[in-house]
Amino acid sequence: MCQVDEEYNGQLEHRGAPRVSKKCVKCKENTAVLIIRAGDAFCRGCFKDYFIHKFRAMLGKNRVIFPGEKVLLAVSGGPASISMLSQVQEGLSRDAPKKLRFVPGIIYIDDGGASGQSMEERKRAVAQLESVFRATNYHYHIVHLEQVSSLPSSVLEAGSSATEKPETGLSYKAAVDHFIQTRKNQNQHSDLSVENGQSHLSSLSMQEVQNEVTSPITPEHTQALQRLFASVRTLTAKEDLLHTLRQHLILHTARTQGYTKVMMGDSCSRLAIKLLSNISLGRGASLAMDTGFSDPRYGDVVIVRPMRDYSSKEIAYYNRMFDIPSVFIPGLDTKAQDKASIQRLTESFVTKLQTDFPSTVSTIYRTSEKLHTACPPQNTNTQLSAKCLLCVCALDTKLEEFSAYQATLISEQLSQRRGQGPGFTPGGQSQGCETGEGGCCSSAKSVGIHVSCPQCIRLQCLHYCTAGLCTLSVQNINTVLILRCNPPLFGLYKVSKAFHRDAGPC
Amino acid sequence: PQTGVKLLFGSVKEHHVTLPNQSEPWDMKQLLVWIRGNMLKERPELFVQGDTVRPGILVLINDADWELMGELEYELQDKDNVVFISTLHGG
Repeated sequence: MCQVDEEYNGQLEHRGAPRVSKKCVKCKENTAVLIIRAGDAFCRGCFKDYFIHKFRAMLGKNRVIFPGEKVLLAVSGGPASISMLSQVQEGLSRDAPKKLRFVPGIIYIDDGGASGQSMEERKRAVAQLESVFRATNYHYHIVHLEQVSSLPSSVLEAGSSATEKPETGLSYKAAVDHFIQTRKNQNQHSDLSVENGQSHLSSLSMQEVQNEVTSPITPEHTQALQRLFASVRTLTAKEDLLHTLRQHLILHTARTQGYTKVMMGDSCSRLAIKLLSNISLGRGASLAMDTGFSDPRYGDVVIVRPMRDYSSKEIAYYNRMFDIPSVFIPGLDTKAQDKASIQRLTESFVTKLQTDFPSTVSTIYRTSEKLHTACPPQNTNTQLSAKCLLCVCALDTKLEEFSAYQATLISEQLSQRRGQGPGFTPGGQSQGCETGEGGCCSSAKSVGIHVSCPQCIRLQCLHYCTAGLCTLSVQNINTVLILRCNPPLFGLYKVSKAFHRDAGPC
Repeated sequence: PQTGVKLLFGSVKEHHVTLPNQSEPWDMKQLLVWIRGNMLKERPELFVQGDTVRPGILVLINDADWELMGELEYELQDKDNVVFISTLHGG
């Protein structure tokens, strides 16, 4: 039972009156310049060491990156991902003790088309970022969100691991040897084998590094993208859709360019917010993957989050003090009201709570570390039909009694204007569509898709999406537009195929 | 650093200000009131909330965390450098 009294407040480590002129808790000599967490004050030098060490420790503790592996760094221009980039540079640099050893590339997704930016603004932002990327001498990819319409539907399939997954009993060292051996056998990227990988990179001059700026996009592409986002009614769903499309583009780039790992710049603060938002969005089943250090859902490409131990404050301070240039790019939620979307509201809630109770974020973070999915990890033998079209997580749609899914279906049924006929049973085995002028499309009994006739299209991809926001995203899209445009938005390709296959003459 | 905060100040990153003379020293609390009244171009609630800055905005005084300087009670000195950094725009 919650009771607000003196005792309770004490246990919550309420931040006391501001402290003045503290000494650094580490070296105990210099004056502290920054307080992090619930009261650790660091001087400039000790903070820098602590910050750099944390990155290496994170990668060292979770040993998933193999030497010589190609790792794609997803950089949005924001402080956390730029900070991550600088830490990678630190770690790979020659004079670093216990040098990191992998081959980095950078990807930036230009989503200005979805957030309403003009071409000039987007070009300016890209130019700023390119100058940052060029200074690293790493291969970089600039990808526009509009390109999502030309992605093949194969991107939706969880790939098998590029390397045969070794037995879990293997030590890290054995796993590394195995990885190198497999790569040699596959005869891939032979010029990037471990022995000369690093020297190869360093010998590339600026001109030789082939940086990929993808083909320019046409205004029609941008308009199609804008139509897509305009037809998604809520900011919550827009943000979620944007996240999904970005993930697919990153994944596709990683696969076609031979990257087997992707590093995302999610900070501790951001992940705490994501955790709570995702619960509100109905994505509880995938929390461990969405917020954990490594995200194996795609199979052949593993997403890792090395910044997950850093708070936004630490990152902001480090970037400021050590001149790490970040580029501010307005997004969908810039200057949005607190209540504009579930994600914004959660961010506002957590941030406010953190001000008065500085252990809020770390408590949420520590809770997330304890989360594991009950069912076994993604099995590459799982059929595509059992995975969500958009988020590639296992479907949480087992129709058990009293399950959340059943509740969703029932409330959906109840909120329709005209009642279903007596043949309706939850699970999408409907015999006909509800409203509509034209003749009814046959129901797709075997695949469980219930479709209406085109005049009142309401595509319920119940057996293709999780009982969460994915269903919402697809329902909100003006599917007539998408299905008839050529080529159909890849995300709905499988669905539209099923629709045409099963809908008959409609 | 490029941050979201400058958007509220007409997209100008650096401002050199001379505060009007007064008998008592200026403190951060008064500075915030002054900024709100004289410099903020739009959406004041995105910068100040109540007496203090909105949660998520980091304040540095001469490159040190203002939490170590007394926060709102810190008394401003001549040529002090105050930096506001938004930590709300993520990675």
